[in-house]
Amino acid sequence: MAKAPERITVRKTYKLFIGGAFPRSESGRYTVARDDKGAPVANVCRASRKDLRDAVVAARKAQEGWAKRTAFNRGQILYRMAEMLESRSAVFEAALTAATGLSAKAAEGEVGAAVDRLVWYAGWADKFPQFMGTTNPVASAHFNFTFPEATGVVVAFASEGSALLGLVSAIAPVIVSGNSVVVVVSGPAPTVAMELAEVLATSDLPGGVVNILTGLRDELAPHAARHMDVDGILCVGADDATRKLIGVEAAESVKRVHFEDDGDLSHWHDEARQSPYLIVPFVELKTAWHPMGM
Amino acid sequence: MNIPTRELLFGDLWDYAPAPEARDHVRFEKRYGHFIDGRFVDAESWFEVIDPSNEEVLCEVGEASAKTVDKAVAAARKAQSGVWGKMPGRERAKYLYRIARIIQEKARELAILESMNGGKPIRESKSVDVPLAAAHFFYYAGWADKLRYAFAGADPRPIGVAGQIIPWNFPLLMAAWKIAPALAAGNTVVLKPAETTPLTAMKLAEIFMEAELPAGVVNLVNGFGKTGAAIVEHPDVDKIAFTGSTDVGKIIQRTLAGTRKRLTLELGGKGANIIFADAAIDQAVEGIVDGIYFNQGHVCCAGSRLLVEECVEDEVVEKLHHRIQTLRVGDPLDKNTDIGAINSRAQLEKIQELVDSGVEEGATIHQSKCALPDKGFFFRPTFFTGVSQTHRVAREEIFGPVLSVLTFRTPEEAIEKANNTAYGLSAGVWTDKGSKLFQVAGALRAGVIWGNSFNKFDPGSPFGGYKESGFGREGGWHGLLPYLEVR
Repeated sequence: MAKAPERITVRKTYKLFIGGAFPRSESGRYTVARDDKGAPVANVCRASRKDLRDAVVAARKAQEGWAKRTAFNRGQILYRMAEMLESRSAVFEAALTAATGLSAKAAEGEVGAAVDRLVWYAGWADKFPQFMGTTNPVASAHFNFTFPEATGVVVAFASEGSALLGLVSAIAPVIVSGNSVVVVVSGPAPTVAMELAEVLATSDLPGGVVNILTGLRDELAPHAARHMDVDGILCVGADDATRKLIGVEAAESVKRVHFEDDGDLSHWHDEARQSPYLIVPFVELKTAWHPMGM
Repeated sequence: MNIPTRELLFGDLWDYAPAPEARDHVRFEKRYGHFIDGRFVDAESWFEVIDPSNEEVLCEVGEASAKTVDKAVAAARKAQSGVWGKMPGRERAKYLYRIARIIQEKARELAILESMNGGKPIRESKSVDVPLAAAHFFYYAGWADKLRYAFAGADPRPIGVAGQIIPWNFPLLMAAWKIAPALAAGNTVVLKPAETTPLTAMKLAEIFMEAELPAGVVNLVNGFGKTGAAIVEHPDVDKIAFTGSTDVGKIIQRTLAGTRKRLTLELGGKGANIIFADAAIDQAVEGIVDGIYFNQGHVCCAGSRLLVEECVEDEVVEKLHHRIQTLRVGDPLDKNTDIGAINSRAQLEKIQELVDSGVEEGATIHQSKCALPDKGFFFRPTFFTGVSQTHRVAREEIFGPVLSVLTFRTPEEAIEKANNTAYGLSAGVWTDKGSKLFQVAGALRAGVIWGNSFNKFDPGSPFGGYKESGFGREGGWHGLLPYLEVR
């Protein structure tokens, strides 16, 4: 009979991240996350339609306050997220290796790139309005200007190819402008996403700005697309059938729908995966006319 | 002290002499088919186009089948890959400048045609629609050879063939809004004018020929919703731009689901016009009139919900009541006309139905007492008081000269009520206090906010909606984005 180890390790329970808290799925359902060899890594929640709805409520509640913060403050918080991720890089490297079988070097590269991507977007918070805003010369006595505002609540279906860098690349451009987001993680290594939730929970990010659900894309996509209090859908790596399903349902409330290609880690390392033009799909442009005269 | 408004009685005491714009100078054909690959082509079937002010037939136009649309798309594709997409921007620019200039040269003819076919007062066609249409071509002409400076870090490229569907409320202006940025960016176009107002689009085709615009760069197909659907569904169209109702916009968004086609939608609205007690009330009343009675209220960004601070409601309502008595409703070609003809019988019936619902739901109706012409489609300037937020006249887009008056007590309540709609296209804010104006403008969920003004437009000023009023912008630098591949 095998001898019990001297000390039994304490395993982590992986739950959902909604409104800054870590609840279990109300459905009581779970899936078994497995590594690249098929060995079980952990039990993770399989989020239900109700969990999605709860997350949208939390995201809605948080959104206005997040958008009203100064751009400088949002930038600082994104930068703080990068700090917290960097300080826990060993944890993420180990989690990526355990969950996906990445080599230590590749895992180190992914974590570093994820930190850098957060820093890159953090800097856009107070520059994007200048990048995307204009003063417009009009042929009348008006001061006329256009500036971007957050669309509102976005549901994002994150990369199924890169557990951390792909996830960060979906979250950062959406929240930097003042949106809140409900991220659905359906790829391998959902545990890594829940590790990231712990980073977010300790980064001064107001609860509800980012909510993370582990679950099945096909199950949750129609509910997200149909939800009347969701303003936008981002879907990374959607096939034509998923695009169609989301597009058809999203039309009922004229949602902003944006698709991005997915790929393996090298795809996400590419500099082309970070761009101010990736912030554009989830901003609204407001034009104001102010008369001039004495 | 509140001085009672003196009623202007001249409408009852003496008549204006008619002052019609002469139309002998205007030429148009008895029949227009479609404009495909640089020339007019015959149609398989035809329908009549009328003057809504007297119901007389102006001409016949063709109805494009899916087959005809296919020919137009093929011509556009050939022109895009063979000529227009390859042409240096500076050369594209010069064609657009030419078009702008010819529109200016023919401004009077175009204005008269616009009023004859659309029913809008000649005063507005002349001072708004036509000069703005020319200005749009002029504005975007200048972008054609400067695209590499437009979007930092990107290498913008044209998308390909754009399918565009436009409404009947600003026929020529909407064609310009759609065509000018598409062409400047190097795309080619298949555009469907509205079935009731194709005349100025056909004139625009003649202008393209006169400008020697290469064949196939712009193709115009006439027809109804079925023709529009054929454009939307065509597999070789890369981008759809639609201006029209939210209902049709949703159908288009559904239809494009699962395709890789790009889409911009400019849809309906139920714009709030907010009057604070500290506003210059007389100016605000003029702004209310501009907001809802401009172009018979056939304006997606109309200020159709008046939110007035409770303590000035009586004053504003009294002034507005007197003001609408002085609005002259009648012949669109008469230079003294303020409100022309409703665009179609169907639209007139829709307006009447919604007005009836307002009365039935318990709102108080106020209408001008003016006489209406015997023939044609006309509607008196109308407003409702005692409107609650649940009334249909406060929620649904009427697209006619009908205003709903609601009240508020605090700025927060005004913002809450203004945003309490599925739409988000426009809003107006009237106050003497700049800081309040900026604060409220920032809190409103709408794409265009007019401070102490309403219904102002400019080619340099982006236009488009939040929420169910659509997505994408037309006009200005931002108006290039929908027509370029930018990463």
